[in-house]
Amino acid sequence: MAQKARTATAVEKKLIGVADVVIHAAERRQDPTLTIPVRSLSNVTFNDRKGLIEMGKRKQARSFFNVGMAKKFMQTVLVADALCELQRANLTTSLREIYYRSKHTIKNSHENTLDTQDESDPLIEDLEVSLEALREELHVRAENAGSIVGPLVLVDDGDRVDCARLGKGGYSVPSIVEPEYLQIRQCTADFLLLVEKGTQWNRLSEDKFWRRYNCVLLTGNGQPPRGVRRLARRLHEEKRLPVYVLVDNDPWGYYIYSVIKQGSINLAFESQRMAIPKAKFVGLSSADPEAYELPRNVGIKLNDKDVARAKELLGYTWFQKKSWQAEIKRMLSSGLKYELDALANKDFQFLTKKYLPRKLKEQDWLD
Amino acid sequence: MAAPGRKESPSKPDSPAALPKPTVSAVEMGARQREISVSEFFTKNRHLLGFDNPRKALLTCVKEAVDNALDACEEAGILPDVVVKLEAVANGSNGTTPPPASQASRFRITITDNGPGIVRQQIPPIFAKLLYGSKFHRLRMSRGQQGIGISAAGMYGQLTTGKPVQIISRTSARAPAHYFEVQIDTKKNEPMILEKKQIDWESPRGTQVTLEVEGRYQKGRASVDEYVEQTIIANPHVKLTYLTPEGETKEFRRTYDQLPAAPREIKPHPYGIELGMLLKMLQDTKSHWLSGFLAGDFSRVSPRLAEDICKAAGLSPRARPRDVHGQAAENLYKGIQATKIMAPPTNCLSPIGEQAILAGLYQQIKGDFYTAVSRPPAVYRGNPFVIEAGLAYGKGPEQAQERQARKEIPLAEGEAAENDSELARVIRYANRVPLLYQQSACVCYKAVLDTTWRNYGVAQSRGAVPSGPMVIFVHMASVWVPFTSESKEAIAEYDEIRKEITLALRECGRRLGAFLRRRERAHSEFRRRNIFELYIEEVVESCNRLKSGKLAVAKLRDQLQKMAMKRTGGEKTDELLGQNGGGPEGLPHSIIVTPEGVEGAVPAAIDAAPVVAASPNGGPAATAARPARRAGKTKGRAKSKRAARKRG
Repeated sequence: MAQKARTATAVEKKLIGVADVVIHAAERRQDPTLTIPVRSLSNVTFNDRKGLIEMGKRKQARSFFNVGMAKKFMQTVLVADALCELQRANLTTSLREIYYRSKHTIKNSHENTLDTQDESDPLIEDLEVSLEALREELHVRAENAGSIVGPLVLVDDGDRVDCARLGKGGYSVPSIVEPEYLQIRQCTADFLLLVEKGTQWNRLSEDKFWRRYNCVLLTGNGQPPRGVRRLARRLHEEKRLPVYVLVDNDPWGYYIYSVIKQGSINLAFESQRMAIPKAKFVGLSSADPEAYELPRNVGIKLNDKDVARAKELLGYTWFQKKSWQAEIKRMLSSGLKYELDALANKDFQFLTKKYLPRKLKEQDWLD
Repeated sequence: MAAPGRKESPSKPDSPAALPKPTVSAVEMGARQREISVSEFFTKNRHLLGFDNPRKALLTCVKEAVDNALDACEEAGILPDVVVKLEAVANGSNGTTPPPASQASRFRITITDNGPGIVRQQIPPIFAKLLYGSKFHRLRMSRGQQGIGISAAGMYGQLTTGKPVQIISRTSARAPAHYFEVQIDTKKNEPMILEKKQIDWESPRGTQVTLEVEGRYQKGRASVDEYVEQTIIANPHVKLTYLTPEGETKEFRRTYDQLPAAPREIKPHPYGIELGMLLKMLQDTKSHWLSGFLAGDFSRVSPRLAEDICKAAGLSPRARPRDVHGQAAENLYKGIQATKIMAPPTNCLSPIGEQAILAGLYQQIKGDFYTAVSRPPAVYRGNPFVIEAGLAYGKGPEQAQERQARKEIPLAEGEAAENDSELARVIRYANRVPLLYQQSACVCYKAVLDTTWRNYGVAQSRGAVPSGPMVIFVHMASVWVPFTSESKEAIAEYDEIRKEITLALRECGRRLGAFLRRRERAHSEFRRRNIFELYIEEVVESCNRLKSGKLAVAKLRDQLQKMAMKRTGGEKTDELLGQNGGGPEGLPHSIIVTPEGVEGAVPAAIDAAPVVAASPNGGPAATAARPARRAGKTKGRAKSKRAARKRG
């Protein structure tokens, strides 16, 4: 399997550590136990000074000799084994392949080690957190689910990618964008605009908005995946690009913005490397329909779920700024949400020609 | 049910000249009025008696004949031995061969019993006169109530095929057998004898009825087959042979050798009668005094209580009953309602009994768990009644093993969640007769819906019967079962009845819940034990791979296994799984079936019925006890179960 010459990587050593836990516990006749930090709202705190969501200290024990946890424990060891195999072979793979790799029928029974992918996915996250290894370091990738275009040059697997010369389709952001895999060779842009929806990104790309305003256009097609967030963070950090976020005017849009800015609850342990505390919210704001004279009939009535989610957001510590409370409450009192696409009601190019130019000129954004 | 009487003719005095002259005079109209015989009425309204369509008619004919046979045997104290034979008959001329059963539209039904037989003079009216019978005028529990059934079946046959009813009856081995062919004169509601003679008959005693009717034979719900099976469940003391029209012979053996206790006849209870009935009784009584009438013609009225009633009604106890009418009768009626009277006696009822229900369910339905509950007698509208409920749950050990075998193949994603969501079946009985139609109109079914089965560990969606492999048995025994119609298909809803059914079902449910919980506990205990054993191998293998194959595999496995043994408490847990006295696992009146054996009092099949004094010739001793299911408590049950599973 592993060649003698190759030294085990740090991550590999960490994964082997899982086996050591079992071996050492067995030697001392103790219950083998893995400690895993708790990944839930109750175990995250908002660090006001850094502007990040940070993971708390609470941990859960997962022990083998406990009827409720035995299977999960076994699965965790199994997944660790599969991840270690990836490390040794120096391959990257998807969550689904990990699931298939670890699935088999347990000897002398009709029970499968894993029944659905829903069982293995959280285990990978558990290992990420407890081993303090990023998913990228574990060689697990998600689908390429983002696009980038603008005056910047990247190097991917030794290929030079000039994002200014990729037509309106742009460059598809891979899920692993760590410097070992993707280098930022050059970037002359003035800022970065992260758009929630692919359709609006297409509009801006087609209109060559990035050329006129000298910016990088990035989209994550909904909730941006890690690759997109990490790339935005790297451009922000390495090339000092200010980041602006353009999302729908609804609770989910607000949350996407907050994930980009402060990090997510589930992946709080990665906020350090993902979050962009200085990101700004350009729109769609609940004040925009009035300011830009959008007719009321292009709004959509907030449903019960929207209202419940908005009220949840009002309670999050990182939404406590006065301006944000006012923003969310204004949406709730209007009872309507607006999609970015609704701007087309005025003109197909309203976003490119009127809305964004005015926003940028007036510096009309929320922090 | 009384025959519609002659209507008052509308003979009014001639109206004043101002009114227009009627087109038909009152005299002409009066001339058209005439009596309707009850048989004519039912000829036109045969759906009222359960002859709506050919399929149902076939069932009704079988049902009426079998009901009569069983009633007769039980009243005479004979363990019933009944043969039901269905034959497809060629339509029209006798020459052609009969079509296959599923296509046939005409059937010959022959029901033979070993009952007391019928005396010669009574044969024609019993089989060819509507509303002629022994059961209507007395308050006593029996299957038949009105004396319509078999004559109506004969009438239906006569109407659809023109064939008479053929009867053979013999009252004892020494008496000759009589053969009759009778038809009903529908105008007069009188029997017409087409043929009568003495014949040789192989049976020493009993009755055989042959009907030829238009019908349709189709298996499935509400079929003759279902009726026969359900009859056996509620009547395990019956030996029944069913010869299907397809030529099959189905033998249902006797599994309970005691005749149901003979019910006593009772007088009506004062709470149960209506004003009109009271007036009639006042007229018909033989008593000279009102107090004597009350004490003599009703149950639970003592002479003192009779005086109290008279006082409450403001009537003299010495009044002549015939003189009490009008307002006085109404006062008497109110007086009765206002007086506190003891509930009617309950010895007029003969419930099936928990043991017999268990025997019936166990014989007919495959399952893992059976239970039965008999409620104490209760009263509705002055009529005593008893509710009994039973329950069979599970698919039986054979099917469970089959499923186990299927699981040996590795399961693909999504297959694990596959479980059948069949709904429970409700089987309803009134006085031991299965009710096959109008389920949703029946109080039994409504009570099943009302019960919160989820409390007992059974899934149930809103407004539906519980789901799962389950049969729910509900029986109402009463001197007068309140049917919603003459065809006796559904029991009417009285609060008292519904309450009793609900209570019985809840008790069944509680026992089922206890059984399911225990099984679940045993299962999880087994799993607990097994889980580590299974997973240790996986963990050890994974660790070995993580350590690049440089692990002392055997040592780690050994260490973990020792720990697992210690954690699960070793053999001690076996005791936890054992029994705690009482019935099977402490449940009264229940049977539990596991692949290793059966727990609880299971009556073995009784083929050669222990001969009752009244029947000198019991059935032939065909002693083939059912081999697979034998009562037997294994002492180390939990151990053997574990051993069996390990092998699997």
